[in-house]
Amino acid sequence: MSLAQLSKDEGGRVLSIRAADVALAQRLLAMGFLPGAQLRIVQVAPFGDPITVELNGWRVSLRRSDAASVDIARV
Amino acid sequence: MAAPDGRAPVVAVAGNPNTGKSTLFNRLTGGSQRVGNFGGVTVEKKEGALRLDGIDAVAVDLPGTYSLAAASPDEQVVLDVLTGRSEGTPRPDAVVCVVDATNLGRNLFLVSQIGETGLPIVVALNMSDEAERKGIRIDAAKLSSRVGVPVVPTVATEGRGLEALRGAIASALNDRPKFAVVPWPESMEEVCRSVRAKAGGVLTEAEVHRLMFDIGSDLPRRIGWLGAEPALREARETLKLRGMDPVSFEATERYRHLEGLLEGMSTRPVTARARRGYAVDRFLTHRFWGLLVFGAIMFVVFSSIYWLAKPLMEGVVALFGLLGGWAGAALAGTPMLQSLVVDGVIAGVSGVLVFLPQILVLFFFIALLEDTGYMARAAFLMDKVFSWCGLNGKSFVPMLSSFACAVPAIIGTRSIEDPKARLATILISPLMSCSARLPVYVLMIGAFIEPTYGPVWAGVALFAMHLLGLVVAIPVAFVINRFLLRTRPLPFVLEMPPYRRPGVRDVGLKMYRNAMEFVVRAGTVILAFAILIWALTFFPRTEAEGVSESEARAAQLEHSYLGRFGKAVQPAFEPAGFDWKLTVSVLASFPAREVVVTTLGIIYNVGEAEDSDSLLRERLAAASWPDGRKVYTPWVALAVMVFFALCLQCGSTVAVMARESGWRWAAFAFVYMTGLAWIGAVAVYQVGAGLAA
Repeated sequence: MSLAQLSKDEGGRVLSIRAADVALAQRLLAMGFLPGAQLRIVQVAPFGDPITVELNGWRVSLRRSDAASVDIARV
Repeated sequence: MAAPDGRAPVVAVAGNPNTGKSTLFNRLTGGSQRVGNFGGVTVEKKEGALRLDGIDAVAVDLPGTYSLAAASPDEQVVLDVLTGRSEGTPRPDAVVCVVDATNLGRNLFLVSQIGETGLPIVVALNMSDEAERKGIRIDAAKLSSRVGVPVVPTVATEGRGLEALRGAIASALNDRPKFAVVPWPESMEEVCRSVRAKAGGVLTEAEVHRLMFDIGSDLPRRIGWLGAEPALREARETLKLRGMDPVSFEATERYRHLEGLLEGMSTRPVTARARRGYAVDRFLTHRFWGLLVFGAIMFVVFSSIYWLAKPLMEGVVALFGLLGGWAGAALAGTPMLQSLVVDGVIAGVSGVLVFLPQILVLFFFIALLEDTGYMARAAFLMDKVFSWCGLNGKSFVPMLSSFACAVPAIIGTRSIEDPKARLATILISPLMSCSARLPVYVLMIGAFIEPTYGPVWAGVALFAMHLLGLVVAIPVAFVINRFLLRTRPLPFVLEMPPYRRPGVRDVGLKMYRNAMEFVVRAGTVILAFAILIWALTFFPRTEAEGVSESEARAAQLEHSYLGRFGKAVQPAFEPAGFDWKLTVSVLASFPAREVVVTTLGIIYNVGEAEDSDSLLRERLAAASWPDGRKVYTPWVALAVMVFFALCLQCGSTVAVMARESGWRWAAFAFVYMTGLAWIGAVAVYQVGAGLAA
């Protein structure tokens, strides 16, 4: 499943980044969305998108369409 | 130590966003800052004098980035400067890498990439107090010996650690310490060497790494390497065959290397304490309370720009009025010089400085919103509303400000990182109904709507005029985004920093820098416009004898180049129901729309009587075509208002747009808005004529 499918307060572990958009994939990798990284959705914007993810103790928000390229396993 | 060619050593300040990099830069350079753009791009460049022990260096603040991937203009600039390819900026002699001590791993990713450029590095371990509060303790000395470069703990907001940092920079200029770079496998380096050979040896090792990893990099085009595409494709294929995925290999390998370096360097954060900086987020990004607070904050921002700046602006106008009166009296003997100085120069300078209060107020709030971390939340809350038409959550503040005035708003778009969203925001901002349009609405509604239809419809008309620009802006943004800005938008991946207390010094410097830049760069163009328009209304002279002063002024305007031009183009405005007097007034208000009421006053020979407002309304109501039809019907009044609502009649806005996005886009905005205004005015008038027939 992908990060986009998680609901608020749910967590997961990154399996891989699917490189549909290489620039996006590289940006996410550079920010630490590496295989094995633990993450959790801490906020969902009022209109349902974007979402804020907690990762390695810091927070980043991204659109669900971009989050769809992060493959995760639910934890 | 001086650089080899004798110039002062250049020290670049680099780092991730939200690391307190700007605060540190402000502390290091004091008030001695110069602002400009990096060569060839609209990325802000800040420079300042950096006094080290016995060395006078220059510090250059680089934009905050997470990597050197060169996917955004900011990243491109950082890479260019560090590799000595940025026009007008010498290659730095050392780099201060500002890292957030609470998030060491992610921050060192960039430092490690910078290390590969071979430049000497000093790490400023900033926010070390925040890290301690979170329970993270870092052994700076041990870390320093592991990574091979000095690591200096700092708290930029309080100025702690700065002396040690200055000392470390001074020694680094001599010792040239190198960061412990990733030991790339030989199977990869071999591919890199062959790429480098194919490129003809113009690339450094660091640049070859960037070329290999950054798919879609602009580097080959800029160094004029035509054969880059096939060579790189082949190299990446080889990497893949050898088990190294070109997309992910750099990141995974680099992070693995950093993990090794950081082993045992710091204690883990106490999770409960680490979340403290985010506690209010539950409330501030809540679907109901979050939006309510957002609305309230934006209301305060807007009303401050509108009301707080107003008395200051009136003060500027009054002051220059006094100055003009004094200069006018002093130069009474030489009428032409008197008119040039009073109506051209003094009015022009006043027309520049009048924007300062709004710019200062807007940047006070932008600095506050950015430095507290709220701007990121505003972008998060509003993204869904704005992104579909190519704007950005951060477009909200500039768009709101442009209901007061587009000039500060366009400068305020500097807070939008995505160049595409920023340009789209700049291009639609002038459509918002600014306060300078109000006098036109008030005049037309007061003269032709309210007397016939009553105060309710007058209110509706006024509201509709304010809504019109916004309603038109959305499809315009969509079209611009879809068909004109072909470049790919940046992905929206935005860090939500913990909430922090902003520093007074940083807020003040941001206000000062932006105000100064406006005065120096845009102000000169605005002044030139003002003098040009003065000349077009002053020449050629006509000498009317035996008439009143106001009649002489009306005759002069009709006789001037502007008046002649207005009469010549009147047929183009005929379909909108404009006669030549209205056409001249519309043209005269292209440099600044608020002068239309004054121009109409001159052209209808109203003079400066106390009841000039009601007199002008009477004259307008009485104006008629040669065949006796009235010029002004409610439909013509509506057409005039629609024209003013949609038209870019503001030289200052055009000058600022040109400054922020280039003359081509400024010209485009001028043309599309004038076109829309004409179409709107003609449509309204023709519909009205059709209904009346």
